Amino acid sequence: MKKIFTFIKDFLIERIIFLCGILAIIFVFLIFLFLLNQGISFFGAYSLWDFLGGKFWYPASDPPQFGILSLVIGSLFVTIQAALISIPLGVMTALFIAEIAPPVIKDILKSVVELLAAIPSVVIGFIGMITLVPLVRKLFNIPTGLSSFSGALMLAFMAMPTIVSISEDAIRSVPWSYKEGAIALGATRWQTMYRIILPASLPGIMGAVMLGMGRVIGETMAVMMITGNAAHIPSSVFDPVRTMTATIAAEMGETVKGSTHYHSLFAIGLVLFIITFIINFIADTFMRKTRR
Amino acid sequence: MVVKIQVNNLNCWFKNTQVIKSLFLSILEHEILGIIGPANSGKTTFLRCLNRLNDLNPHFKSKGEILKDGRNINTIKLETLRQEIGMVFAMPISLPMSIYDNITYGAKQHGIKNKKELSGIVEESLVKASLWDEVKGRLDQPALQLSGGQQQRLCIARTLAVQPEVILFDEPCSGLDPISTAKVEETMINLKDKYTIVLVTNNVKQAARVSSRIAFFLMGELVEIDTANDIFVKPSDRRTEDYITGRFG
Ligand SMILES: Nc1ncnc2c1ncn2[C@@H]1O[C@H](COP(=O)(O)OP(=O)(O)O)[C@@H](O)[C@H]1O
Ligand SMILES: [Mg+2]
Repeated sequence: MKKIFTFIKDFLIERIIFLCGILAIIFVFLIFLFLLNQGISFFGAYSLWDFLGGKFWYPASDPPQFGILSLVIGSLFVTIQAALISIPLGVMTALFIAEIAPPVIKDILKSVVELLAAIPSVVIGFIGMITLVPLVRKLFNIPTGLSSFSGALMLAFMAMPTIVSISEDAIRSVPWSYKEGAIALGATRWQTMYRIILPASLPGIMGAVMLGMGRVIGETMAVMMITGNAAHIPSSVFDPVRTMTATIAAEMGETVKGSTHYHSLFAIGLVLFIITFIINFIADTFMRKTRR
Repeated sequence: MVVKIQVNNLNCWFKNTQVIKSLFLSILEHEILGIIGPANSGKTTFLRCLNRLNDLNPHFKSKGEILKDGRNINTIKLETLRQEIGMVFAMPISLPMSIYDNITYGAKQHGIKNKKELSGIVEESLVKASLWDEVKGRLDQPALQLSGGQQQRLCIARTLAVQPEVILFDEPCSGLDPISTAKVEETMINLKDKYTIVLVTNNVKQAARVSSRIAFFLMGELVEIDTANDIFVKPSDRRTEDYITGRFG
């Protein structure tokens, strides 16, 4: 009797867990379908090539132009700058926390990093707008601080917690015996870090970086408040840019439901979805490598 | 007989527990000094004092002096000391890279950059570690693919590649099968002419096979040190006899 009960319990629990897993997949799939459905109706009214290759985003002109090239470039431009800032800084912070910092400082830093991750992006955007933007304007003596550079600084700041905490995990999971082996050969602390610990934890660090970048490319509020929102192809880091996410957020409220403009925003969402999907896929591949 | 390492009144503690008690010991040049004794008698701790690896542990304290070639090891630059006194651990720790890189790794960090010189070192070290014939065709493969015994000899080769004077072995065969063990033992005997070797082992027979002299450690104390022959034929301490004949430990 008891056996049967255990059997049923096991069976049920297994099914429920299976269901949860499947549900997650179904939701992602449904979101994709929804985007696809809305986006496809846009391509009935506008050519895919003009959409992907067009430089001008003038949804209100006559005839309207829906070229997202400048938006894609805007997103990538900000993302790359944010990557250049946050990756070295984040990985070095992780190394410092995992390998160098004395216990007290390590604990403090770790809680600070966790705290950073918890700040909502609007708040970061707002703080950036009133502090960082004027600072950048004065520092570089440019007409407006609302630029891709300011946005990238802010985004780097937001990607740091992800990069730091996941990299730190990867670094700490390098077996102690590797370090000891290197030290016993006469390696200095720095040589051990550079030649053994970093290479051994590289797959995990790559995964951390990809996840951090995923957050950056998907970020909306902060970039909308800080990058200046001019939809043109930037010629310097101090030019304002407009990202895909900011476009969707800014224009969704103004469009007529069911209009071409409305559908075009879903088409942007679709492009964004595909880009983030690719990034996550790459991240996942790297993470899987670490576990082995 | 030249004294390579002289240990004078060495005492060691982890936190407040004393694990080595007033140890006096000489290690002679080109000998294989076997160290035997039951678990937890301080053999590993002693070895790790010689290359100051214990210093990585914040709870470790020591008193007394260790002289290498007459010079206090605390006055030698850490990296130099660890290059001159190499160590092979119980578990073979090949680093997660190719066989070739495992060996050049240490040499590179001691400043050797020339490719030709490096390949020379790789071959020479592998030959000395009796591994060359088994791996010469696949130096670019990951070291972690080698068998346990091969990895242990790779670790020996890696240690040899930085040109040490002394090599510390900490139970190098504890995880190996008899055939691999025989190979490692043979390697150690071959190395004796050029290097000074300290071999910690919990296998009394192994100590008898390869050592010139044997030291018996018990609970942090050196009970007896003598030539392999004498210690087995006429041990001067009752505890040594008990241990060797297998009455405890
Ligand atoms: N890292 C450490 N921290 C605290 N105590 C240790 C540490 N390493 C060894 N000890 C203690 O030191 C004593 C000697 O250990 P060890 O040198 O490893 O002996 P052996 O190698 O002869 O087995 C043991 O009682 C052990 O518990
Ligand atoms: Mg031991």
